[in-house]
Amino acid sequence: MVEVEKIRKEFPELGETVYGKPLVYLDNAATSQRPLSVIRKWTELSTKYNANLHRAVHHIADIATTEYEQTRDAVRAYLNADSREEIIFTSGATAALNLVAYSFGEAFLNPGDDIIVSEAEHHSNIVPWQLLCDRKGARLKVLPVDDSGHLRLDLLPDLLTPRTKLLSVAHISNVLGLINPIKEIVNICHSNNCAVLADGAQGIVHERVDVQDLGCDFYVFSGHKVYAAPGTGVLYGRREWLEQMPPFLSGGEMIGTVRWSGTTFAPLPQKFEAGTQNMAGIPTLRAALQMADEMRNTRTEAALNEVKEFILNALLSNPKIHLFGNPVSSEEKIPLFSFSVEHCHHEDLALILDKMGIAVRSGQMCAEPLMDRFGVTGMVRASFAPYNTLEEAKYFIKSLDRAINMLEG
Amino acid sequence: MKTLQEVQNDIVEEFSMYDEWLDKYEYLIDLGKNLEPFPDELKTDDRLIKGCQSRVWLDTRAEGENLFFRADSDAIITKGIISLLVGVYSGRTAREIADDDFSFVERLGLRENLSPTRSNGLASMIATIRETAKKHC
Repeated sequence: MVEVEKIRKEFPELGETVYGKPLVYLDNAATSQRPLSVIRKWTELSTKYNANLHRAVHHIADIATTEYEQTRDAVRAYLNADSREEIIFTSGATAALNLVAYSFGEAFLNPGDDIIVSEAEHHSNIVPWQLLCDRKGARLKVLPVDDSGHLRLDLLPDLLTPRTKLLSVAHISNVLGLINPIKEIVNICHSNNCAVLADGAQGIVHERVDVQDLGCDFYVFSGHKVYAAPGTGVLYGRREWLEQMPPFLSGGEMIGTVRWSGTTFAPLPQKFEAGTQNMAGIPTLRAALQMADEMRNTRTEAALNEVKEFILNALLSNPKIHLFGNPVSSEEKIPLFSFSVEHCHHEDLALILDKMGIAVRSGQMCAEPLMDRFGVTGMVRASFAPYNTLEEAKYFIKSLDRAINMLEG
Repeated sequence: MKTLQEVQNDIVEEFSMYDEWLDKYEYLIDLGKNLEPFPDELKTDDRLIKGCQSRVWLDTRAEGENLFFRADSDAIITKGIISLLVGVYSGRTAREIADDDFSFVERLGLRENLSPTRSNGLASMIATIRETAKKHC
């Protein structure tokens, strides 16, 4: 596939070797590789326009601020948000989740209220809510998944009460790789006056997200998983919520006026952007999202589907392998595969695959409650990006077989 | 009786016979499979060294000046490395262990398996052996 080979050249890391073997990078769900367009923007801003944002009148500050604010417009357009005030830049999805947990919680959560998360959440979408509930004397309720990894939506109406203020759920689980029916969840929750946050850390990479179409109240994602610089992230929040929420962090450009008698705050979006922002990193989001679109619009996507079908069939047809997140049809699964192998420890498999040049993730994947749910201490996860080839997929399956033989031997 | 240093040199020499990582891992897997069974009742939380990846249990028994170690892991390559460590340090005096610099682990060429970024219990296990020895000196 010519297109994939062409795209690979845009990602320098993919040309690296490990232990003398070509790197086969299958840990994209942890962090994606960065294209030259992102690296160039990052370098350009670091070497030519390094200035603090919004405060100075000098030339390079003006360019840095323009780059930053144009990125906000680009992200608004990408997500189809209603206005640029609804796009808040953060250091990542975790920071965005903590922001909402704190500020939404301060404004709307009272003792005796409750929050719902699913059983398949990343720790970053669990712990901020636990802390919030502890602080407020509220209750954290859990929407379970079934054995195939699907959310038990049938249980949702009974979980929702008039005291349920917010449900926070992954758009796509970082372990199961199943696309959750956010629109359906939003319908059920909104008819119960419960707000919905979708954690898009994986969703933004694999779905063409339209926040108005999804209908969610908040959508968060990290830049580094979608080809941008690390330390970048986005919080989309509907304006009516953001207007009513108090600031999270304070200081820097988020103020209106500061007096000893009291302080007023800047309007949205600055209200939630305290301190010096990641001025070299945030503008890389624009180049990164462009790259995401480019890879979605070429034959790359067809090639990635081929990779997905190949891996899915290979894993499902091996009786020793247990795949977590079993799709009803392959359209609802992204090319992210977490599995365990009978009599083989995930760490052993990952160590051997590493020596073969293959980077996979092993362990609990920041989702300990989900590991407990499936009764495992960890899993192996291979997560593919559009720049991964079918040859790499075949090499991975062959290497996995060899690793299993070594461990069983 | 061989000195601690001599035992370490023997193991490093034996291990260095394997040029290929594949053979090294196969050797470790064999060692792991043949490690003296660790009683289930000893797999208690206070003996557990928990990492993100593999779990390691370490049991220490003191007899006079000598320390005896038994250990286990749920991952087989880690278990193989444990077997090497137990073979070297078990039965030695607390003083000998406390004075050792544990550099033979690096000489084995297993540094990448022991680095903290691997998030396994091995690095903690070495630290625990060392601390235990110091306490018994």
